[in-house]
Amino acid sequence: MILKQLSVFVENKEGRMKDITQVLKDSGINIKTLSLADTTEYGMLRLIVSDPDLAKAKLREAGFPVSITDVLAVKADDRIGFLHDMLCKLEGNISSIEYMYTLPTEEGPVVILKVANPSEVEQVLENI
Amino acid sequence: MIWNETKECMSRDEMNHLQSTRLVKQVNYVYHNVEYYRKKMQAAGLEPGDITGIEDITKLPFTTKDDLRNTYPCGLFAVPRSEVVRIHASSGTTGKATVVGYTRRDIEVWSECVSRVLAMAGVGKNDTVQVSYGYGLFTGGLGAHYGVENVGATVVPLSTGNTKKQLTMMKDLGVTSIMCTPSYLMYLTESIEEQGILDELQLKSAVCGAEPWTEEMRNQIESRLHIKAHDIYGLSEIMGPGVAGDCVYHKGLHINEDHFLPEIISAETLTPIGDGEIGELVFTTLTKEALPLIRYRTKDLTSINHGKCECGRTTARLSRFVGRSDDMLIIRGVNVFPSQVEAALLEMGEVSPNYLMIVDRVNNLDTLEVLVEVDEKFFSDEIKELENLTKKITHVLQQALLIQPKVKLVEPKTLERSEGKAKRVIDKRKL
Repeated sequence: MILKQLSVFVENKEGRMKDITQVLKDSGINIKTLSLADTTEYGMLRLIVSDPDLAKAKLREAGFPVSITDVLAVKADDRIGFLHDMLCKLEGNISSIEYMYTLPTEEGPVVILKVANPSEVEQVLENI
Repeated sequence: MIWNETKECMSRDEMNHLQSTRLVKQVNYVYHNVEYYRKKMQAAGLEPGDITGIEDITKLPFTTKDDLRNTYPCGLFAVPRSEVVRIHASSGTTGKATVVGYTRRDIEVWSECVSRVLAMAGVGKNDTVQVSYGYGLFTGGLGAHYGVENVGATVVPLSTGNTKKQLTMMKDLGVTSIMCTPSYLMYLTESIEEQGILDELQLKSAVCGAEPWTEEMRNQIESRLHIKAHDIYGLSEIMGPGVAGDCVYHKGLHINEDHFLPEIISAETLTPIGDGEIGELVFTTLTKEALPLIRYRTKDLTSINHGKCECGRTTARLSRFVGRSDDMLIIRGVNVFPSQVEAALLEMGEVSPNYLMIVDRVNNLDTLEVLVEVDEKFFSDEIKELENLTKKITHVLQQALLIQPKVKLVEPKTLERSEGKAKRVIDKRKL
């Protein structure tokens, strides 16, 4: 499945994360999962939320640079070797995985992947 | 449109004659009415009679900001307080505030000068002009205001701040021209784009000044707002905005030479230099009553061109300002102007021209950090893309400045926006 992920540029400043969560809370937006990548100067916060378009609008209003990116969500089996097997299937079909994190759901974990060609990769995983 | 053809289009001979007559009169006036100047001239062995025309200008001593500070607040005024109808003062960012004064006649001349610049921008009585310079001790607001009234246009005195109100008024009143600092206009441009209201505006022109800006910034303003942007130059010591301005050809700023005699001098030798060569701009007021100044060193770096302009005006033109000699930073021995950073960023086109330079000295070595705002249009979700952008900015700035800066991306609109003047440099070095 392809999901809309929210990406937010965050300066390394005290309280900046809290400013973001404040906006989301006030707008009634639920955070499903998140991943925070950090560099020395700034961070990149990636979020899967209940309403990405509303979240984008609200965060923009609050002055955050924000964009929506398509990411691929793959349901994971909770067993040894699943991730390895999946990556083996993908070998040769994608250029590279930019980043990866997981989303917990009631039906178990889901792996979120950022690839250049998410719909093609989805096909590959379905066809195997 | 030429506001005052008689004065703006006279031949060089006529202008030199007029300037000479006025200079002789002004020197005489200063000698007899300002004790400080009289003593200064006497110390230099000069009498008013020694000055017979503009060719004698170099005999006269210079005036600097220090002279104004030494005589704070009104020691250089040539008239009693009863003749002074208005006071302005400089912000005093580089020291004690400088107080300037105007007689009724000075205000008239000032309005005339601003009117000439407005006419260059095509502003006439059918226009509605929003003045978004600060009103108060700063000469920008009231100076522009009186000029707009003098041309008979409708003035909307919004002063600075409250962007929302600025845009509402601009839209609802059908404002056709705006006067403000270029950096504030850039800020308004961003807000106009965010709100998507450009189509609802009737803006045709902007007359911007009070801080140095670049040709690239003019291009941005013109293409993003679909307007014509003009430059207005001035300084409170000499008068305020309206000392010079640029016509539709944008080939330099026409000086209102019949009121202000310009010279360009070498900042090192203090001797006059020729047309086209860059040096420090020096002005002598020719008609000022309250605060006449002789050979005032502006610290602004530019060159002059006495040739006739395509627009028909014959008044001498100043080239775009290179910077101010006191804005110039010397970093690791290299001369750096903030305007170079602005020009380089705008030329790159991938970031907003909002930047802050932080100069420091670590272990006896100068460091330059440049904070640049991330532009949402070019914002990437991938860190490697942002890192590439940082590298690219570093490279572009290094090419332009000849020193390697450390570039840091910051969130949009985090850098202080000038509603008066932009703060572009923080120098933390303790020398």
